[in-house]
Parts: sequence; structure tokens; C-alpha cells
Amino acid sequence: MDQYSTIVSGFGGQGVILTGKIIARTGMEEGLEVTWLPSYGPEMRGGTANCTAIISSKLIGSPVVKEPSSLIAFNKPSLDKFGPSVQQDGVIVLNSSLIDDFSLDKSHKVVLLPVNELAKDLGNQKVINMVALGGWSKATGKLSLSALKKGMKLTLEESGKERFVDINQKALEKGYETAKEGIKASSV
Amino acid sequence: MGEKKLMRGNEAIAEAAIRAGCRNYFAYPITPQAELLQWMAEHMPEKENGTFLQAESEIGAISMVYGAASTGERTMTSSSSPGISLKQEGISYLAGSELPAVIVNIMRGGPGVGNIQPAQADYFQATKGGGHGDYRLIVLAPSTVPEAAELTFEAFNLADEYRNPVILLADGMIGQMMEPVELPSPVDTSDLQPKPWATTGTDGRDSNTIRSFAMGAEALKSINRDLQGKYENIKKAETRYEEIGVDDPDVLLVAFGTVARIARTTRRLAEEQGINLGIFRPITLWPFPGDRLAELSKKVDTVLTVEMNAGQMVEDVRLSVNSEINTPFYGEQGGVVPDPGRILQEVKKYV
Repeated sequence: MDQYSTIVSGFGGQGVILTGKIIARTGMEEGLEVTWLPSYGPEMRGGTANCTAIISSKLIGSPVVKEPSSLIAFNKPSLDKFGPSVQQDGVIVLNSSLIDDFSLDKSHKVVLLPVNELAKDLGNQKVINMVALGGWSKATGKLSLSALKKGMKLTLEESGKERFVDINQKALEKGYETAKEGIKASSV
Repeated sequence: MGEKKLMRGNEAIAEAAIRAGCRNYFAYPITPQAELLQWMAEHMPEKENGTFLQAESEIGAISMVYGAASTGERTMTSSSSPGISLKQEGISYLAGSELPAVIVNIMRGGPGVGNIQPAQADYFQATKGGGHGDYRLIVLAPSTVPEAAELTFEAFNLADEYRNPVILLADGMIGQMMEPVELPSPVDTSDLQPKPWATTGTDGRDSNTIRSFAMGAEALKSINRDLQGKYENIKKAETRYEEIGVDDPDVLLVAFGTVARIARTTRRLAEEQGINLGIFRPITLWPFPGDRLAELSKKVDTVLTVEMNAGQMVEDVRLSVNSEINTPFYGEQGGVVPDPGRILQEVKKYV
């Protein structure tokens, strides 16, 4: 696989950092080269937190990308900041629970996922990030659902959070299944 | 070597230090190296005789390093640029007393308080002596997270071998980013070479004294001469670098640390445009691999230096290479990380 980069961005507390780590961790388990880079600048409360995860079959040079292959945007400021820089034909997973008004120029593959509602249906608002990541898996095809489930499980286990593995697996599945129906071929 | 772990640079450095047998760590928190301190706080007490101490200041921490290193135990401190400035007096004392210690600088933007973004603007400070007196530090510059772990481990060996402080010079990007790391196997501290000079108690022997003081001019001259002799030995034996595509490059790019890895992406972009970009990466910033660079520079018209500062290593590059060739510089400052495509624009000026 050529280098595939993903920016995950949202409000602090939406699980942005963990989502990127799970992409990197899963990529590593799949035998790929990976990097994960958080934004750690001075952030305002209510502002955006973001991270960049890269997976590649070759050695990764710069862990910073100007034009990511894909974007997971949990809020409007994130889409405004990173949406325009996503590569032509790249994937954008949008939290349509919070973003209802947007326009994009390039021919992006856009996935609208009402992650807040979907997570609520699952009974845990905190898993919105895994719902989105499930959708990302379906839309990008870069890491399979089963690989991501394993990467997520390992990541949670290492931080002593095994009790959340089940609900997060359900969230990944939910996002994946919902994205099957909801992928739009081009920008809206 | 064990299994691969996904780790932050700061964590990988801390864990590699523990595995190298470091049992004394003193520091004061500062971004972007806080995770290093956190890892040490969590894991150092798990080790037998492991000491983690958050000092009252950076100056306190480096002085504690002096004391602990005097006992011969492996000792480390870490900080980021402004904190490393505060440690300079202590570093000079360590060098003058020939104490082995490892100092980690996860560089951020300066001067002054600057910001918390990655920078390489402490090259002069690390390689030319930030403190007073004629001394040298071995300066190791990792370019990736796994290399940061590897060089940390190696830093302890070099410090012991030469009885000299070693600086691991990385930046906020390497400190903060995660990559897969294969950690070295832990050393058994009882297997380490004995240090007959250390202050370990006088049972059955005369007392040892650790000091950098010599009252008479001739006495201090002699100490200095010995130090310079040691530095010459280090130059001969420990100069390290990496070369990528340097056989017949159109342009030779010189970069260290973070910029060198970014330059690998530039090299790929250049290749797509039919440009052969060679990369020369000093791993030891002191001793600087100037002789090898001089040889390589004979094959090219341009040696382009790229750094995240206003032009510091480029001075050593210019001292090393033939004065007839171009030695341009491109740098970003203030925490801006250079973009691979932007570096390519610079390269193309000389093709």
C-alpha cells in the first residue's frame, strides 16, 4: 500500500486522539509502517484537537501531511480547517449529527454518519469515535473491520480499559454497516 | 530485542533509559517532554534502587545528576530548550569532573520562552558548549522514535566509556509522535563495568574525589590537555552518520533529526521528477562527521543544508566542504516544520 494518511479532528473529549492511535496500532499489527502525530499546540477549550495517522508499506518520511488521504471530522471547525486540504478522491467521514451545513469543492468520497445518534442507540455516547472509525474502514478499505476490532481491543487492553471492548466493537460494526448505505460518490 | 510496541518518542526514550540501567532520574516538567517525566515517575520506582525525583527546578535536577553520577550509577535528566539553558552550569561541571550522565533535550521553539512546537535551534548550544570552559559533549540526534530509543541506550554506554556527558538532541515532534519501537533487552546493572573512580565508600581503598577544580594554572592546563585528548579519541572512534543515495546525486542534502526524515519524503518526490537527491544525515552532531561530508561533497556542485533554525549546523557543513561549491541553506523557525514539497523547491534551484 502506498502511504495513506488520515487526519482525525474534533472537540477535545470526542475521542480524536484514541481514534488515530487505533488506526496506527491496527496498521502496526497488520505489518505496516505507521506514524501517529498529535497536535499539541495551545488549544482553546471548545476548539479543535487533531492527530495525523499514517499507514504505509514503505518507510514513512514526514509524519506531517499537508494533503491527507482522508479526514474524520467530528465537528464543523474541523471540517472547515482540514476539509479543503483532503486529496482529490479522498475520503471524508463527517459527523452529520453536528455538521449539517457544508460544501466541498473536490470530488471527495463523503460519508455522512450521525455518530451521536448511532452511539446513543448503542447506549453509550462515548463511542462516537468508533462509529466514525467503522465508517472510515468501509469507505477507505485500508484497514478491515476485523483488523480494527483487534487493534482497538489491544489498545484498550493496554490502558486497562478492557471492559469497554465490547461496546466499542459494536460501535465499529454499527459505523461500518451504516456507511455501507450512506457513502456519497461526490461532494454534496 | 523484544516485541514491537507503539510508543511516543518521550516514552520510548524513558523506557530505553531504564533498560540501559539508568536508576537515577531527576527532572522538572516542561512541554513537549512531559511524557518522559511521567513514564519515569510510573516505572522507575518499580526497579530495585530506582530513583525518580521531580526536582524543585532544572538547576536542582542537574545538580542531583552530578551527585548521583559521582556514585557511578547510570543517571539521566531531561528537559526542553529553556530548561536545558538552566542546566548549562551543571553540564559544564559534569564535563569538567568527567562524570558520565545522559541529558535529553526535546527541543522547542526559542529564543526565550518561545513556544512548545518542534525546533532545532539548540544545535549551537549542544555542540559548541552552552556552558563555560573548553568542553565537549557527545551529541546524538535521532531521526525516528525507534532510533531515539536505540541512541538513548547507546548514550549510556558512551557516557560510561568516555566518562563524559552525552546529550540526546531531539525535538518536540519526535518526543510527541508515536511509531513502532523494538526496545532493547534490559541490561543487568551488576554486569556493567566497574567504576573505580566513583565515590562508593572507602572500605578497603583510599578516598576518591570528584571535582572540576584545580587551583594552579599548570594543574588546570594539564586537566584541559587530558580532556582535549579524550575529545580527539571520541572524534576518531564515535563519529556516526547515515547516507541515502549519495553515489551520484544531483544535489546533496544535509539534515539531522526530524528534518532528515522529512527529507526522505522530499527524496521520493524528487525521484518522481527525475532528480536524484542524496541525503547525508549526521547522527553524531558532535563529533560532526565533517571528513566524510568533505569526501561526498567532491561529487556534487551543491550541498544544501536544511534545518529547523536560522542556520546553525550549516556552519559546520561549510567548514567541512570544499569552498568552491554552493552551500545554500534553507530553514524554518519558530516551531514551523518544513514541508517536503517546499524543500523540493529549494533543491530544484540547484538542479
